[in-house]
Amino acid sequence: MSKAATSLPRSIGAHAVLLTYTVIALFPVLVIVVNSFKSRNAIFRSPLSLPTSETFDLIGYQTVMAQGDFVQYFQNSLTVTVASLFFVLLFGAMAAFALSEYRFKGNTMMGLYLALGIMIPIRLGTVAILQLMVASGLVNTLTALILVYTAQGLPLAVFILSEFMKQVSDDLKNAGRIDGLSEYRIFFRLVLPLVRPAMATVAVFTMIPIWNDLWFPLILAPSEATKTVTLGAQVFIGQFVTNWNAVLAALSLAILPVLILYFFFSRQLIRGITSGAVK
Amino acid sequence: MGSLKIETVKKSFGPVEVLKGIDLEVNDGEFVVFVGPSGCGKSTLLRIIAGLEDATSGDVLIDGQRVTNAPPSKRGIAMVFQTYALYPHLTVRDNMSLGLKQAGTPTAEIDQRIAASSAMLSLEPYLKRRPAELSGGQRQRVAIGRALVREPKLFLFDEPLSNLDAALRVNTRLEIAQLHNRLKATMVYVTHDQVEAMTLADRIVVLNAGRIEQVGAPMELYNKPANLFVAGFIGSPKMNFIDGARLGETAKTVGVRPEHIAVSQTEGTWKGTVIHAEHLGADTNVFLETEKAGLITIRLFGEYQTGPGATLYATPDAARTYRFGEDGKAMG
Ligand SMILES: Nc1ncnc2c1ncn2[C@@H]1O[C@H](COP(=O)(O)OP(=O)(O)OP(=O)(O)O)[C@@H](O)[C@H]1O
Ligand SMILES: [Mg+2]
Repeated sequence: MSKAATSLPRSIGAHAVLLTYTVIALFPVLVIVVNSFKSRNAIFRSPLSLPTSETFDLIGYQTVMAQGDFVQYFQNSLTVTVASLFFVLLFGAMAAFALSEYRFKGNTMMGLYLALGIMIPIRLGTVAILQLMVASGLVNTLTALILVYTAQGLPLAVFILSEFMKQVSDDLKNAGRIDGLSEYRIFFRLVLPLVRPAMATVAVFTMIPIWNDLWFPLILAPSEATKTVTLGAQVFIGQFVTNWNAVLAALSLAILPVLILYFFFSRQLIRGITSGAVK
Repeated sequence: MGSLKIETVKKSFGPVEVLKGIDLEVNDGEFVVFVGPSGCGKSTLLRIIAGLEDATSGDVLIDGQRVTNAPPSKRGIAMVFQTYALYPHLTVRDNMSLGLKQAGTPTAEIDQRIAASSAMLSLEPYLKRRPAELSGGQRQRVAIGRALVREPKLFLFDEPLSNLDAALRVNTRLEIAQLHNRLKATMVYVTHDQVEAMTLADRIVVLNAGRIEQVGAPMELYNKPANLFVAGFIGSPKMNFIDGARLGETAKTVGVRPEHIAVSQTEGTWKGTVIHAEHLGADTNVFLETEKAGLITIRLFGEYQTGPGATLYATPDAARTYRFGEDGKAMG
């Protein structure tokens, strides 16, 4: 980080802007969490007040636990997210390594082709994907979701990681080759550790849309056994009556795992995002 | 120990021909330095010898064996890079031993080789440290140590000193020279610094635009440059080139080194006016605008009092004047 001299007013100004933004960004989340601990009446009467001893109510959480199989939904969400994340990082990094390290005909075209998915949303292909899954008998399986999310995450992963891998010193890789390391060992032992911050960045940007997605679970895997948390929470939203306690409780619970994963990656993430500016 | 033979090696990157047919033989135990301007293909040639780059055509023989298709680790070479290229996550000891472990060398022998080479380079205090905890000079010594433990037939150096500061560069240069004397190993060394080339080399290979301009011992290149390029490249300050026609000579170009011109305030061959004088203590470089030969540089040993505007007479040493023909080649 640069320690350039900054004047006090400027620094106060910058902090004021950042704090305002933080408050705005966190406010909805806070409202959800706070209201999930209140009784139904209290939610509607004064949505912004904190729960008091009278309005405090765990009914939402009780409903969530009693209704449906929320533990199962959580497991499904975690399985899908973690597995997709793993494949995106693994294949993304490998493709990025090949693109940045080896000279072959059509290298640039291949890179562009792989990055195309950043601009074209995968949802445009939903019908074709559904037909494909039906044909291969993968409807209502977690595998279907993992495959789709892996495809969805790869373009950005390849794009970001290949930029970072180009910066890894050629001499280092060549030293490894002279020492007799295989290309796989060079990739896993020399290059991957050096692009760890970039991997964390990619992981966070890949993970959150997958966890929050409602579209593909609804279309590809709506069965009870394969429901994800976001889809599971929908049972409380009815056409006529919505069980707000349960919806808010389910959403609050759904934040937790992402939050944990985020803390897990955050140090690397911050390094990954700032490294471009520092170098 | 190993000899090296390069047979008509050519290399193109796409449509760009970087090496245009290189033939070279390096004898066992010889220290050969590649010099040349930036981008002339020195590193590319070294990387082809190492097997890190495939030649477009031609062959490389190490110790009599054709290694054109062998991977770098099977060629019996070791390489020291400009950027050190130490493995950042490994200790100095592990950096040095990795190649041997890969090759399946017994542990006892690895330990013994590391002990020997770290003693030679005074690396013992650092064996447990990681590269990030070492200074630039120490890192480069570790990189040299990593090359040493492999006991290669051929050492390759790609500008190993250019990331070091001036004082360290002199020290490490000395260390490499001593290493060569002690090991009697074959070494190929790339640099664009002609002081390194002159001080280290048994033979220098001057490269320019993908071709070998001349191969020879340092003094041979200095005293008998084969062409204009070598004459201008070796020696500092650069040789003066004067249009032959201006001097009434048959040669296209006449060359005379700045240190082979005598000056006088009263008489001489070329009369001129001093444009600028650089006082370096041990040397004085005088830039003289002469009527007959144009602007020439003169290198005088020791201090010499003169300044812009002064009139001086310059006399070239006739025995050390070079003549070059139309094609740039030295004339007999
Ligand atoms: N991978 C590559 N793709 C395309 N061109 C390349 C590649 N590597 C090198 N070149 C070109 O080959 C030429 C020779 O490069 P090389 O690295 O051998 O130069 P060099 O003599 O080592 O120069 P320097 O003293 O600056 O290190 C340069 O013009 C360079 O642009
Ligand atoms: Mg080079």
